[in-house]
Amino acid sequence: MSKTLFDKVWDSHVVQQIEDGPDVLFIDRHLVHEVTSPVAFLGLKNRGVKVMSPKRTFATADHNTPTINQHLPVADPLSANQLKALEENAKAHGISYWGLGHEKNGIVHVVGPEYGITQPGATIVCGDSHTSTHGAFGAIAFGIGTSEVEMVLSTQCIMQPKPKTMRINVNGSLSKGVTPKDVALFIISQLSTSGATGYFVEYAGEVFQSLSMEGRMTVCNLSIEMGARGGIIAPDEKTFEYIKDREFTPKGAAWDKAMNYWSTLSTDEDATFDKEYTFDGSAIEPMITYGTNPGMGMRISGGIPTAESLDGGVATYKKSLDYMGYKEGDSMIGKKIDFVFLGSCTNGRIEDFRAFTEIVEGKKKADHVTAWLVPGSHKVLNAIKEEGLLDTLQAAGFELREPGCSACLAMNDDKIPAGKYAVSTSNRNFEGRQGPGSRTLLASPTVAAAAAVMGVVTDPRSLV
Amino acid sequence: MAYDKFNILKSSAVPLPIENIDTDQIIPARFLKATERVGFGDNLFRDWRYNQDNSLKSDFPLNDNRFSGKILVGGKNFGSGSSREHAAWAVYDYGFRCVVSSFFADIFRNNCLNIGVLPVQTSAEFLQKIFDVIESDSDTQLIIDLPKQTITIDSTGAFENFEINSYKKENMLNGFDDIDYLMNIKDQIGEFAKNTPL
Repeated sequence: MSKTLFDKVWDSHVVQQIEDGPDVLFIDRHLVHEVTSPVAFLGLKNRGVKVMSPKRTFATADHNTPTINQHLPVADPLSANQLKALEENAKAHGISYWGLGHEKNGIVHVVGPEYGITQPGATIVCGDSHTSTHGAFGAIAFGIGTSEVEMVLSTQCIMQPKPKTMRINVNGSLSKGVTPKDVALFIISQLSTSGATGYFVEYAGEVFQSLSMEGRMTVCNLSIEMGARGGIIAPDEKTFEYIKDREFTPKGAAWDKAMNYWSTLSTDEDATFDKEYTFDGSAIEPMITYGTNPGMGMRISGGIPTAESLDGGVATYKKSLDYMGYKEGDSMIGKKIDFVFLGSCTNGRIEDFRAFTEIVEGKKKADHVTAWLVPGSHKVLNAIKEEGLLDTLQAAGFELREPGCSACLAMNDDKIPAGKYAVSTSNRNFEGRQGPGSRTLLASPTVAAAAAVMGVVTDPRSLV
Repeated sequence: MAYDKFNILKSSAVPLPIENIDTDQIIPARFLKATERVGFGDNLFRDWRYNQDNSLKSDFPLNDNRFSGKILVGGKNFGSGSSREHAAWAVYDYGFRCVVSSFFADIFRNNCLNIGVLPVQTSAEFLQKIFDVIESDSDTQLIIDLPKQTITIDSTGAFENFEINSYKKENMLNGFDDIDYLMNIKDQIGEFAKNTPL
């Protein structure tokens, strides 16, 4: 029978099917961070159980870590306690732990691929919804809750009803100045934040084939923002080239064996999906959000939609615009901004820093803008220095911080103050997401860079 | 963690007629720093319940004396966003045992089922009916009958069936959790692990 890529990977990991219930799904790789794991480890302790497969489990600290002075003790006692708990739990169970100061430390979804933990055809979970990032490699990767973290720690399995399948095709090619982030924000604006709930999405078509691995990660990362459990892209030469010779990828004969499996990982020609959408890549423009969920995105040169044009939900829509301080029909171009955040598991990779630097090169940061540039990992940080990007950024008035999730969710001190506007390359513009009362405009690194130097929302195409 | 059994729940309800309520509203990230599952109910809907000076916002339904009960009724697409189970914990710890909406985000729904909060998905029309009837009488009782899989508005008798798979239903009725199930088949999982390609 013809199968989709998703079906192939899922079906090969089912340990047991429960009638009118979930599948017992085997998990190849489990990524762990400090926020969603302590209660799960406590559960193991209460049951007197050890981690079943420490070698399949990888722990890093990212959500709750400072992005300045990481060499000093963490000042917030609650954060320090949570970090200490992860370190102790990792040690007690023999799990590799890349904590603060470790050369491999970084955002869990950035370091996973960097070290080859992320591989095609694998099942990957983490107590974080943006685990969907790893689908860029042809893996089934999705976020789970803490009870499920406990399941995977103790039995290397979770119980999941199999999601329905959706394919999103974007054909043609992208115009100049349009980035993978814009493609994702465009799709979410078309489907809404719940348009893919219950589905696992395969991204197909020329646009995704032409993207770099970093670009594919950005797209898959944002799958959850339209409600999808995850996104997946068939592995190709680019994928294999990226993962080859990384620390945790198979070597020698094991590589050849893995390649035999990986070469089967594409959707059969006559396989069908429960739902399918097709878009034209050349019609996509740089995007920006104007509201309080990622589905409230628009092309940067357009106007904020009127409530009348919506299909219901008018009260919620108006509440959202009130929170943002915007009016229906407003143009986003020229809106004053206060902060810029470059980073996160969505856009904290080297390619994102290259794109940002390209725009700000030879210009100056606007005086009233506070910019937080936070690399996704130490590896990214080192590359920024080695490639000379740091010199260019500094000449333009920018500074770099140390790796972590930072202002994406503002668990640490990187909080946007109440009422202030931030152009952010992260993934969520929910009320207060970046700090109580903060207002977030989601955009690509390119749009963020243009805003940083102009001090107002600016179409980056007008700067090149 | 085992939880209380769920059978039939009759209670008044707290209405939140807002769509796309995300997990950052249910519990903001800055309250996720605990290493034990305690105290999350205090910060349920923190930034909607409290002003920045920690005084109560009187117009928010949780602070409105008219509304109380073990059932939370939210607008469509409830629980979108983060995978934080802390959101479900906060709902449970505050005292809710059931969340009613016309649409749930996946991970939030799973998290609820894993900790003993029953997500009940109704049609958009029935949800509106519930909001209307609570608006006119805040003491309106809803009856959630898990064995029969029905939700009923007591005063009018209007009811609707809701979906839950029979495995999860059995778990909720008995207070079982998935880890008990998985621990029992650990040998089978161990055998499976030997033959995985990665």
